[in-house]
Amino acid sequence: MSEPTSVATPGAHVSHEAHHEELGFWRKYVFSTDHKVIGIQYGITGLLFLFFGFCLMMLMRWQLAYPGAPLPLIGALFGESRMPGGSMLPEFYNELGAMHGTIMVFLGVVPLAVGGFGNFVVPLQIGAPDMAFPKLNMLSYWSFFLGGVTMLVSFFVPGGAAQSGWTSYAPLAVIAGTGQTMWLIGMIFLITSSLLGAINFIATIIQLRAKGLTFMRFPFFVWAQFVTAFLLLLAFPPLEAAGVMQLMDRVAGTSFFLPSGLVVSGQVLEHAGGGNPLLWQHLFWFLAHPEVYVLILPAMGIVAEVIANNTRKPLWGYRSMVYSLVFLGFMSFVVWAHHMFMTGMGTAMAAFFQTTTMIISIPSVVILTALIISLWGGSIRFNTPMLFALGFLPMFGIGGLTGLPLGLNVADIPLHDTYYVIAHFHYVVAPGTIFALFAGIYYWFPKATGRRMNEMLGKIHFFGSFICMNVVFMPMFWVGMAGVSRRLFDGGEGYQFAQPVLHLNAVSSWGAWTLALFQLPFIFNFFWSIRNGEKTDDNPWQATTIEWSAPSPPPHGNFRVSPQAYRGPYEYSVPGAAKDFVAQSEA
Amino acid sequence: MEIPYTVEVRRDTGLTNGKIGIWLFLASEVMLFGALFASYILIRTGAPTWPRGDSILNVPLATFNTIVLITSSVTMVMAWASLMRNRFSTFRLYMGATILLGGVFLVVKYFEYSHKFHDHLFPSTNNFLAIYFTLTGLHMLHVMGGMAVNAYFLGPGSKLWKTNPEWFTNRVEHSGLFWHFVDLVWIFLFPTLYLL
Repeated sequence: MSEPTSVATPGAHVSHEAHHEELGFWRKYVFSTDHKVIGIQYGITGLLFLFFGFCLMMLMRWQLAYPGAPLPLIGALFGESRMPGGSMLPEFYNELGAMHGTIMVFLGVVPLAVGGFGNFVVPLQIGAPDMAFPKLNMLSYWSFFLGGVTMLVSFFVPGGAAQSGWTSYAPLAVIAGTGQTMWLIGMIFLITSSLLGAINFIATIIQLRAKGLTFMRFPFFVWAQFVTAFLLLLAFPPLEAAGVMQLMDRVAGTSFFLPSGLVVSGQVLEHAGGGNPLLWQHLFWFLAHPEVYVLILPAMGIVAEVIANNTRKPLWGYRSMVYSLVFLGFMSFVVWAHHMFMTGMGTAMAAFFQTTTMIISIPSVVILTALIISLWGGSIRFNTPMLFALGFLPMFGIGGLTGLPLGLNVADIPLHDTYYVIAHFHYVVAPGTIFALFAGIYYWFPKATGRRMNEMLGKIHFFGSFICMNVVFMPMFWVGMAGVSRRLFDGGEGYQFAQPVLHLNAVSSWGAWTLALFQLPFIFNFFWSIRNGEKTDDNPWQATTIEWSAPSPPPHGNFRVSPQAYRGPYEYSVPGAAKDFVAQSEA
Repeated sequence: MEIPYTVEVRRDTGLTNGKIGIWLFLASEVMLFGALFASYILIRTGAPTWPRGDSILNVPLATFNTIVLITSSVTMVMAWASLMRNRFSTFRLYMGATILLGGVFLVVKYFEYSHKFHDHLFPSTNNFLAIYFTLTGLHMLHVMGGMAVNAYFLGPGSKLWKTNPEWFTNRVEHSGLFWHFVDLVWIFLFPTLYLL
């Protein structure tokens, strides 16, 4: 960015100045309404929160590997109230656990996948000048930012941050300390941000798509964001309602989630009673199951883009993938209670929810299978984005298949409260979604900066992360099947039956710490490449979708001339064509 | 580059961006109040006893408030219709009436609330009052929100009428859709809480 990069960029700069007055620093980079700047803001904030959430986990892994042992070097930093003599107190462990989940899901992955990639890429891919409501977009980011700040500040209130798990189950959460109130307020900011974002995405995709870009010509990533936006729009308000009720329980003394005659520490709690703790779980999972698809669908979208581009082939079964995606979106609203088989629900209810859960696995398998078949017969380019996309396939596969026993009532009951669930869920989200997000960063980095990230560092990052992720999570399946509860502060040390698998806790922990080391090449690569990466033209990957016909980086307003779509999104290796790709916007 | 379809409709969808936006927002609002109504049903069906609304709450006042809100919906439509007929001064009249009626609703609600507090009936007293205060409180926040938006269109926002009357009319229509929704929520709240 220090010197003019190519003929294209100064030219774009001229047209930029011709149409817009130059904005000051604050309006241009901080309170910007440009979808690309907001996308990058979301992306960077999301990455920082991912890193922070990962740090919380690394602390927990020390306690799980070496329960009670004082943490060397940095243990003293956390103070006597949290780690006296460097050994972790259970309260601090609970704080770390609750906030790790909250931060990773609501402040890390979703902002990066939806707020970051969605904002940056979707308007470019549909040939739009910006989002439909640019000011709302800015408001959405800043609401998210306030939510993040609230969550961070909650570490410093008396009693520390929320300690009742990322699920905040009542009545535990209702009788917990001040941190829980902060958590609820933070969540209301985050929910507001998601709602505004979702409205914006749907309106943008329906209204601002380029001429000729019919729905069946959408890149798969746009479809994924479209369905995701509907999930956010319709699933988050019930959690908002639940959050309001829990806030009322905590602040106004109501009893929505407090049953009559509740005994806490041997004392009957003074309250009206008559509430229902299961109501919280129902409302929470009514959001949080669709939320799982909010985490995974944008990832599938990114992987589809990268795979089509690097196999130089159209996606196999594009239409079935789209139909599966839409079906999956609908079904995700009727499976939530499979998280609640342990609550003693009746067999009729359990039968209903396990049936819907088995049904919803079908569209996911269709999409994954289509992506795998897409590889068949392609001349694959193994660049960094493609490696991460390829890594996604088996990792998400393991995560998905190990989820099947959890969807069946009978198999779920012995597994549900064990590390098996942790392993299953993290295979879906960590080496699954987060690998896809890395693929997206390496893939669209040239569009955002006009420079490519370093391939060598990228490959070190990929192979290191791929091995470490499996070292972290694979042992947890064994720990879980041995019956070790996932909610123990000592990792199971106090239980006789857990002794044969305890050494695996240390394996996972060392895996996690090594995983952190392998993120260093990425962090360096990311910042170094902004200024020093290899310069690229507008379309370095020879891709077909419309975002690559904009200048890199795209100016305010994105395109020099409004693009038009003449064909489907993945016209690679068309017989008889002059090149091995025909851009969507090529007449 | 300007964002297209803020004023003119897109041919193949027949909509402006704002129209889609407000309907999506209302869809999310339906889910918000839907979840609260569902919670009400669950808590009530699980309760051994449940008071009849009219034994605690003031039905005549609420009936009056229902009439006030329905009237305000009518004046809201008249405000928009005035803009469609290019009569800005009648728009101001009807918009002012809409905001005023919203204010009347809040004042009546204030008396209802303070009467309950005076009788030592609080959200913490029992779950009927908990759901009553939560639902009507959230509804009142929506009334205030709608009034704020309408006041903006009556005051500083109305400058847009001079430069882009069509856009201004669309905006008033969207704020009207929200206002009708707020009205509709009350139409559900009234029998649920006061009469059943």
